[in-house]
Formats: sequence, structure tokens, C-alpha cells
Amino acid sequence: MNWELIFGQIKWTSFVFAGMIENPSLSEAIASGAGSIAVLGALATVILLTVKGWWVPLWRDWLTSVDHKKVGIMYIAIALVMFARAVIEAALMRAQQLSATDGGGFLSADHFGQLFSTHGTIMIFFVAMPFITGLMNYVMPLQIGARDVSFPLLNAISLMLTMAGAIVIMVSLVVGQFSTGGWSAYPPFTGIEFSPGEGVDYWIWAVSLGSIGSTLTGLNFAVTIYKKRCPGMTLFRMPLFTWTTLCTSILMIFAMAPLTAATVMLALDRYAGFHFFTNGDGGNMMNYANLFWLFGHPEVYILILPAFGVWSEVVATFSSKRIYGYTSLVYATMCIAVLSFAVWLHHFFTMGQSANVNAIFGIATMIIGVPTGVKVYDWLLTMVGGRIRFSTAMLYHINFLLTFILGGMTGVLLANPGVDFQVHNTLFLVAHFHNMIIPGVLFGMFAAVQFWFPKVFGFRLHEGLGRASFWCFAPGFLLAFFPLYWLGMMGATRRTYMWSNPDYLPWLALAMLGAVLILAGFALMVTQIVVSVRQRAQLAAPLGDPWDGRALEWSIPSPPPAWNFAVLPQVTSQDPFYEAKKAGTAYRSPASYEDIEVPRNTATAPLIGLFACAWAFGLVWHIWWLVIVSFVLIWAVVIARSFATDTEETVPAATVKAANEAFLAAARAAPGVTRDQEMTSANRGRAIPEALEGRSGTIASGAPVEALS
Amino acid sequence: MSLSERLHPGINLAGTDPESHEAAEEVLFGFWIFLMSDLVLFAVLFATYAAMSVQGIAEGPRPAEVFDLTAAFVETLLLLFSSFAFGFAMLEMKYRENRRGVLLWLLLTGVLGAAFVGMELHDYYVMITQHAAPPQASGFLSAYYLLTGTHALHVSSGLVWMAIMAVQVAVVGFSTPVKLRLMRLALFWHMLDVVWIGIFTFVYLFGVAS
Repeated sequence: MNWELIFGQIKWTSFVFAGMIENPSLSEAIASGAGSIAVLGALATVILLTVKGWWVPLWRDWLTSVDHKKVGIMYIAIALVMFARAVIEAALMRAQQLSATDGGGFLSADHFGQLFSTHGTIMIFFVAMPFITGLMNYVMPLQIGARDVSFPLLNAISLMLTMAGAIVIMVSLVVGQFSTGGWSAYPPFTGIEFSPGEGVDYWIWAVSLGSIGSTLTGLNFAVTIYKKRCPGMTLFRMPLFTWTTLCTSILMIFAMAPLTAATVMLALDRYAGFHFFTNGDGGNMMNYANLFWLFGHPEVYILILPAFGVWSEVVATFSSKRIYGYTSLVYATMCIAVLSFAVWLHHFFTMGQSANVNAIFGIATMIIGVPTGVKVYDWLLTMVGGRIRFSTAMLYHINFLLTFILGGMTGVLLANPGVDFQVHNTLFLVAHFHNMIIPGVLFGMFAAVQFWFPKVFGFRLHEGLGRASFWCFAPGFLLAFFPLYWLGMMGATRRTYMWSNPDYLPWLALAMLGAVLILAGFALMVTQIVVSVRQRAQLAAPLGDPWDGRALEWSIPSPPPAWNFAVLPQVTSQDPFYEAKKAGTAYRSPASYEDIEVPRNTATAPLIGLFACAWAFGLVWHIWWLVIVSFVLIWAVVIARSFATDTEETVPAATVKAANEAFLAAARAAPGVTRDQEMTSANRGRAIPEALEGRSGTIASGAPVEALS
Repeated sequence: MSLSERLHPGINLAGTDPESHEAAEEVLFGFWIFLMSDLVLFAVLFATYAAMSVQGIAEGPRPAEVFDLTAAFVETLLLLFSSFAFGFAMLEMKYRENRRGVLLWLLLTGVLGAAFVGMELHDYYVMITQHAAPPQASGFLSAYYLLTGTHALHVSSGLVWMAIMAVQVAVVGFSTPVKLRLMRLALFWHMLDVVWIGIFTFVYLFGVAS
């Protein structure tokens, strides 16, 4: 019996628990513990689903759904699960570096290498990307007054490919080892000669699945924004979050292809003996560095731009003011998007190109600071003269402005090749990019959760716990990363698992303290969600507008119906819902209703995701029959789908009318709340706009309207 | 936009039904964007080839020693004629809605496309057996096989797609989705011509000349 034919290169020693049995040590115990948590977590989920009888609803209402809102929620669920893993890995690395002065610490070098590789890979590809994608999925169609994205099924397929990639990474906890080559996986170290095992293959295929998913997402969202805006929604009336979504989508379309090319070339080197990045035989790893960062630099703007969009929405709403400098913000976003393709070389100033080339890319990098500066001033000026409410989301915004500017300054420092030669590959760099990504992207997403949660689920999040979580996260971040600037200046290299310099110790201890605070912040955030779910009756805001919102998404019930808008809105200005509230035309009944076509649920996307997952697993372990079978099955599902004709169902006008009129009647009958009562249980989601407090109480139904303001 | 501006050249969806044209517009625009991102992939492969065909020769053969310009020229003709045939299939669909005509032209397109792939595989065979030039020989050859191989893979998947479309034309007939799919396949097929012209010029002509 030839076992290799069936199981490829998997042996019983591939399982993480075998390491613990053969070679017990604390490092192996931690690896086994992590593997056990993954297995037990999966088991617990299965048991919970079975006991509660949730299998059918999970399949029927979620996995097979093509509704952009549910797809968005599932993306964010993936991001939060993966965040839990990656943030614990970060704390482990901090603890290792703290305990490893003049000694081994408690992790083996290889285990530490896997930790920084999975931490980076997961945080970028399976936390930040799904988080922004989920948010754009949920919010963007609502902001442009659309019923769904242009290609709902493609959207679900993107989700399932991303989920497949995330599962592949989770499997690497239990079966085999992950790469030790960092999130950027530079060859020749990641070539077959120096990394013979399955680790790099896990990285290649998990990242490739995520990257294909993101390409399709970018395509889908760009078409949606160009083609599905409601009547009157000209480009320059779009909310800023939609603008940043558009720019991010364009970046995704252009930037993911170089990554796909790079991973394919690396795979060919490893599997088939090609010579793209090998030492000798004409290979050249510089081509990898170029390709990877040709993706990698736009990638950071793919992540930050939607967060900029969130900040623009949050600051305008919680300052009760129209955003300052709307047009300049749009142009700044576009400038950043274009410039992001002209700076990739600053990731490897030290790798041998001439001083003039370095100078050009250094200058281009500094220029990006200009449009970003424009944005910062716009946000500041939005607050000037506004009536600011210090909600959790707004606290995150103010924290963002302060810390992001500091991170930007260190970025300008690093953009100078002379400085970069001194501090490249040190913890200074680690501090810099965490300084951009955590207060910028991650806290932006947290603020977005606080801001849009009531829209998605119909009840607000507990404000006190939200603030408590913020007051752990914000100082936690400062403590965890600002010492790294000092350490970097002192010469501490990144990705180092032990030290010999005792001067590092106090700074590492401070950083560890910060990591503990961040963990506490995350724990409080989970608590906040659990408590809010329990208290959802007091926190309910079904009337849809808890924050005195400005764009179209606040004009519909929370949670929104499957068809989003009973009648497609007509807009005549920016901030259409806010203008309607001011003009007193909000919550009017439409003149007539029509039948609505919505796409039917389909098993196509989850099946493709399942087979893609099997395909990647087969490739990692060289299980060739599985590779062939799952590849054929993926395309069989696609082809079978192309013969399906009955893919839409009709919601009758009467159903739409009943639901919408009930909502409008409830909204009109509600007394409405002023901003002072925003955080009390009186806030059911009908806001009285700032400066119009006199207008509280019920509103008359008025004449039916065709257009919002 | 007026109705006539919204009409996409090449398909004859119901002339009096603006809604179906609006739907078509979205689908086709989406496919143009897909083609664009696919072209980015090819651009990256071209750039890689440009670098490696100069710096990645190592101990292996040079471009001029392994390329067969005659074969590449015949392949160019095969691919261009297959696109020409596809053009006739689309005209047949647009003006006559004639299943037999469309299927015959598609068959001709497919045969020419398959001949192209077959010749290319034969090229590879000759290079590997007679010139000792497999992809493992040098960085230049790795890049060559990846660039032309990705193109050949695109053509092959186009052939599979074409076979499926032939079945759909035969079974379903000219429904709006089928028409839109044929239109997209046509765009895809023509894009592969554009890429091949790039390969023929840059890889073969330039490679043999330099």
C-alpha cells in the first residue's frame, strides 16, 4: 500500500501534538496548546451548532446567502476570530523578547519565526482585509442607495475564498508547521533549498486564495459604485466612505495581480524547480522584492483608505457638522491612491539600487504626506465650531489624529534613504508601521463597529464598556509600540528571538505592559458585545438613526430589510438624509411601490470555498489526487451554475409596502431624541437634528415624496 | 445617457427594453475591468521576462538559440484567424440569431485555437528535447515558459468556455444571459490576441533579433 499516494507528505509526526510527545518542552507545549485550542474551538462550534439546531439556519440564512449585508457581517466575523489568534501571538512574541535576554526565553527560534510570520500574514490578509472588505460590503451599497452590489454571487465567492484561506492558516496550527519567512516571505530563504517543509506552501496558498478573493471584490465594488448609484447620486454627492471604497477597489484591481504573480513564481520555484528567485541559474530575488512591494505598498493604502472614509463619517456625525473640505478630501484620496504605486521601492532602499533611484522614491514617499496632511486638517477643521459628542467612536478619532500624525512623522523620517540605512530592519520600522496600522486601520475599524453596529443589528453597543475598551486600547498601543522606536534607535533588530543587551530590558518591559493592556482592551470589547446583546432591549434603536446620521444608510430601518430601500431614493444634495431631516421631508411615504427582484440563495459560493480549501490543502501536502479532484469540482460548480436560470425571486410590492409603511409610521410616531439623550435608553433611533431641538415630537405623514431633499 | 449610447456594440438585446440594456451594461463593464486586471498580470509577467531574458541567461541558451520564428508566425496567424472567425460568430448572432451559423463559426474558432495550443506545446517539446531548454534550465527560460504558458492556459480555458457556450447555444438558444456570455467570451478571446501580439513582437521578434 502506497500511503504517499493517499496522504501525500502528511505523516503522523506532522501533527503538532507529535512534537510534544517526542520532544516535550515549553515551546512545544505552547504549539500543542494552540493546536488544541484550534481543534477544541472547531469541536465546540460543531457541538454548539448541533445542540442549538443551528446547522440549518447557518446554511440557509448565512452561508448560502448572497445578500451584501450578510456577506459583510461574515467577513467581519472572520476578521474578529483571526484577530483573536494574531493578537495572542503578538503577546507571546512580546513575552518571548522580554524573557530572552542572555538566554533562550521560552520559545524555540523556529516557533518564534512561525509566530511573527503568522502574526503578520494573518493581521494583513485575514484581519485587516476582511475587516475593511466586510465594512465596505455592508455600508457602501446602503450609502449609494443600491439594493445590492453589482455581482452578488461573485461577492459571496470572494468571501468564501477568503474564508478558505483563513481556514488553511488555521489548519497549519494543527497539521505541520507554518513558514518562518515573515509575512513578506522573501526568497531565497523561502525557496525550497532553505525552507524545504510545508510552511512556505501554507503561506503561498493561503495568501493566494485571499488575493484572488480581493481582486474579485475590487472589481465588484468598482462596478457597483460606477453603475448602481441611485438617481441623483452624482459622484460628488457620494459620501466620503464610498469615495474611499472606490479608490480602494481601484487599488485592489491593480495591486493584487503582482502578488498573485509573485506567489505563483515562488510556487513554481518550489514545486517545479524553476529559477525565478533562486541563488544562481539566472534567478534573482530582487524581482520578488519588486513584485511583492508593487503589491505591498498599494496594499497599505487599500487598508488605510476605507479607514479614512470611516473617520470622515465619524467626525462629521459626532461634530454635528458637514464635513469640512469635502472636495479636497476626495482629491486627496485620489492623489494617495495614484501615488501609492510610485513608492514601492522605499521598502528596500538598502538592497542595492543607485542613490538617485533611492532619492526619487524617497521624495515620492514624502509627497504622500501632503494629501494625507490635507485630510488631517480637514478633519480638524470639521471639529472647529461643531458641537462635539465624545462618543467611543469619536474618542477613537481624536486618538487617531494624535497618534497617526506621530506615525506619519516617523514615516517621513524613514522616507529619507540616509535615515533608512540606519534604522531599516530594526524595531524602529516595526514601531512605525504599527503606528500607522493600529491607530489608523484597526482603530478605524473599531470606531466603525461602534458607529454602524446599531445599523446592522438594531441596537447600540454598551457605551461605558466601549469607552473602557478604548481607554485600554489607546494607552496600550502607545506603551506597546513607542518603546520600540527607542529600541530601534538603540539597534535592536526586528524578528529577533533573543538578546544580549541588558539596556533593552526596561523598554521591552514597557512594551509588554502595553501588550497586556491591548489584550485587556480586546477582552473588554468582547465583553461589550456580549453585554450589549444581553441588554439589547434597552439599547434597541430600530428606527435606524441613532447618531443623527447624514447619509442614506440612516434613513432605513435597523437592521435593514433584505431589499435595503423600499423605493430607490432620489437625492439632490450631499448628506441627503440630513438635509431631508432639516427640510422636514424625512420619513415621508413614497408615492407608490413596485415588486422587487432579489437574488435567490445558492450553494455555489460555499461549495467553491470548500473545494478551494481542499485544493490548497492538497497542494501544501502534495496530495495530488485531492488537488485534481477539487480543482475539477470547483469548475464543475461554476459550470453547473451557468445552466441555472431560476436565480431570482420577487418580493411583491404589497410585502414591501407593509414593512416600509409600518417602519415609517413608527418613526413618525416616535418623539425623537436630542443629542443630549443619545446614550440613554430613550434613543430608539429617531434623531432630532442638532439645532432643531424645538422640533421634537411626532411628525405628520405629509404628502408622499419622490425625492429626498 | 440616451438609449443608443447605452447599447453595447455587438449584441442585439431587445431594442425597446432599456432595462435589459442597463443590466447588460453592468455585466460588460465588469468584464472589461476583469480584463484590465488580467492585463496587469500579463504586464507583470512581461516585465519579469524583460528583466530575466537579459540577466537570467546563466549557463543556459540565449533567446535567439531556441526560438523558432516560423512556428511563432504560424501560431500568430492561427490565433488571429480564430479571432476573425469569432467575429463572424458574433455577427451571425447579432443579425441572424442563427444557431447553426453561430455554432459553425464557433467550431472553426475552437479548431484554430486548439491548433494554436497544439503548436505551442509542440514548440515546448522541441525546445526541451532538441535544445535542452526546459524551464528549469535558467531564469530566462522560467520567465519564458511562465509568460507563454499563462497565455496558453488562458487560450485553453477560453476553449473550454467556448465548448460550454456551444452547448448553451444549442440547448438554451439566444437568451439574454447566453448572448452576454458570448459577448464576454469574444472580448476575452480578442484580448488574448492583443497579448499574443505583444509576445510575438517582444519575445520572439525582439528575442531573435537581439
